Amino acid sequence: MSEVLYLEMYRKMVLIRKFEEQARDLFMKNMMRGATHMYIGEEAIAVGVCAALNKGDTITSTHRGHGHCLAKGGDPKRMMAELLGRATGYCKGKGGSMHIADLDLGILGANGIVGGGVGIATGAAFAALYRSDGKVSVCFFGDGALNQGNFFETANMAGLWKLPLIYVCERNRFAEFSYTDQYFADQDLTKRAIPFGFPGIEVDGNDVLAVYQAAQDATARARRGEGPTLIVADTYRIMGHTIGDPLTYRIKGEVEGWQDPAHDPILRFKGYLLEHQLVEAGRLEAIEAEAHQDIASAVEFALASPEPDVQTLWDDVYGKEYEEL
Amino acid sequence: MSERIIEFRDALNEALHEEMERDPNVFIMGIDVGQYGGVLKVSKGLYERFGPLRAVDTPISEEGSTGIGVGAALAGLRPVVEIMYIDFSCLAMEPIINQAAKARYMFGGKAKVPIVIRTQGGGGRGNAAQHSQSLEAIYAHIPGLIVVQPSTPKDAKGLLKSAIRNDNPVIFIEHKLLYNTKGPVPEGEYLIPLGKADIKRPGSDLTIVSSSRMVLFCLNAAEKLAEEGINAEVVDVRTLRPLDMETIGDSVRKTHRLVIVNEGAHTGGLAAEVMARAYEEVFDYLDAPIVRVTSEDVPVPYNEKLELAALPGEQKIIEAVHGFF
Repeated sequence: MSEVLYLEMYRKMVLIRKFEEQARDLFMKNMMRGATHMYIGEEAIAVGVCAALNKGDTITSTHRGHGHCLAKGGDPKRMMAELLGRATGYCKGKGGSMHIADLDLGILGANGIVGGGVGIATGAAFAALYRSDGKVSVCFFGDGALNQGNFFETANMAGLWKLPLIYVCERNRFAEFSYTDQYFADQDLTKRAIPFGFPGIEVDGNDVLAVYQAAQDATARARRGEGPTLIVADTYRIMGHTIGDPLTYRIKGEVEGWQDPAHDPILRFKGYLLEHQLVEAGRLEAIEAEAHQDIASAVEFALASPEPDVQTLWDDVYGKEYEEL
Repeated sequence: MSERIIEFRDALNEALHEEMERDPNVFIMGIDVGQYGGVLKVSKGLYERFGPLRAVDTPISEEGSTGIGVGAALAGLRPVVEIMYIDFSCLAMEPIINQAAKARYMFGGKAKVPIVIRTQGGGGRGNAAQHSQSLEAIYAHIPGLIVVQPSTPKDAKGLLKSAIRNDNPVIFIEHKLLYNTKGPVPEGEYLIPLGKADIKRPGSDLTIVSSSRMVLFCLNAAEKLAEEGINAEVVDVRTLRPLDMETIGDSVRKTHRLVIVNEGAHTGGLAAEVMARAYEEVFDYLDAPIVRVTSEDVPVPYNEKLELAALPGEQKIIEAVHGFF
């Protein structure tokens, strides 16, 4: 692996963390509406997977989607503007935190429905097969989504047709306001792939290099026409389901254990890079400062952006050809 | 343009052949649509001509296959998804209503979902409560969807071709008792625009607005009424959303009386919507209260006598008109 790749992975992980911390602060200041969901502590999964993708490959994301979007190359300015409901945001202020998409970057949308991306990602993989264009489709979802029926319907078709698809299950241990283990009849989630004839593998989701390796293997398999892979990436949801979640259901002291340098995915990666002298410490600090500045600029851009004109309410319900109907 | 007399199902079949020939991105998927040629025989010959990747047999997984269609459409293909009965579309409401209908708006206008969901609706054949519903009002209620209900082979072909070329999600509802009906269809290429009603029978004494199979009842009723000296104008809306209120309004301004015939259940149905719009837009031109002829507010029963009592029919339309005179 090259130093450039290490640095880019580190940059993306830090960018996601700083984006989320800033979004959390703005939400706490009542500058955002609705609900928003933090990806803090899970950065290694989005970054490790997306590092294995090409620009033309597609992803579907979730309600906890800021990390996937940034990892696939999303613009933090337009994302932050969307979180603040501005006209310059990715969705012109109509989507908010849960509906950011950038089709040019292959980001087929975050999704407000748990498991809502599985059909779309499987459809994108079908399109890749249909066109024989060598693209791979990645479907990110949480462990809670693994109990949605549509996973089983689409996984069956993906296995049947050997679609170039990677299901990435972020096992962050929570489904909304519960521990997910109380909802699985069998705790080995990799078995969910067995009936559909493709591999299910488990990976340490807080180890970005392990995730990257697993994603490399899965994309290679997909591009060879051998079909899907289910990657179950173990991690921990550091924050609540939404900001403002009272966390009354959580075991006391548990979260702290996941934030120490041996567990936090960013501290772990930094420690690894320095310990093995793969990069200079100064480079990492420069990246941290740069990411901090990028997010500050994103907030500045968002706050300086206008809100959408009320006249735009009716725009884009349908395409132009509908207006001619 | 010369015409020939063909069946409704063959007119639809021609539309699919022509559009799949014209555009390599158009494909059909659904239960038994490929090798078997379709339970409705609407897709016959497509598998032999275009192969398994463009006439795709799916498992009995309505949510999954519709979701895959939505994803393929977001990724640039133009899927036609066949759902064998509209009753089964209830299993696919998530991808239709939460994903397909909203992607364009929610993502700020950059996405489009050019999918056609073809499905069989309506009662009258003793298929009982789970295979006889008229659910058009549910879909017509959703911003972002277009809902089409043809009544003749000519309209069916021209409207399906337009639906496939349209960049918005279209719910295309074919009545189960129309597939065997015959009518004149032009030779060669033609389109029928979405969103335009058609006056199937001009008249001056009252307006009857309807769609799908009910149009045939309305036309029969109009012939009998003519023998009594009552001259009814029959307007086939063809597209339920967007509704062509211009044609309906023009007709009411001429006849001053309006009967609406819709096979859906009475409460909250399409007839209620047309009625409300007519009161809003042409109240001053009405000489009598608007009358609705709809299905009774019951699940569709199996026994023939009971089913006939539940559904609208020719005699019920004639009785409704007699109330005016």
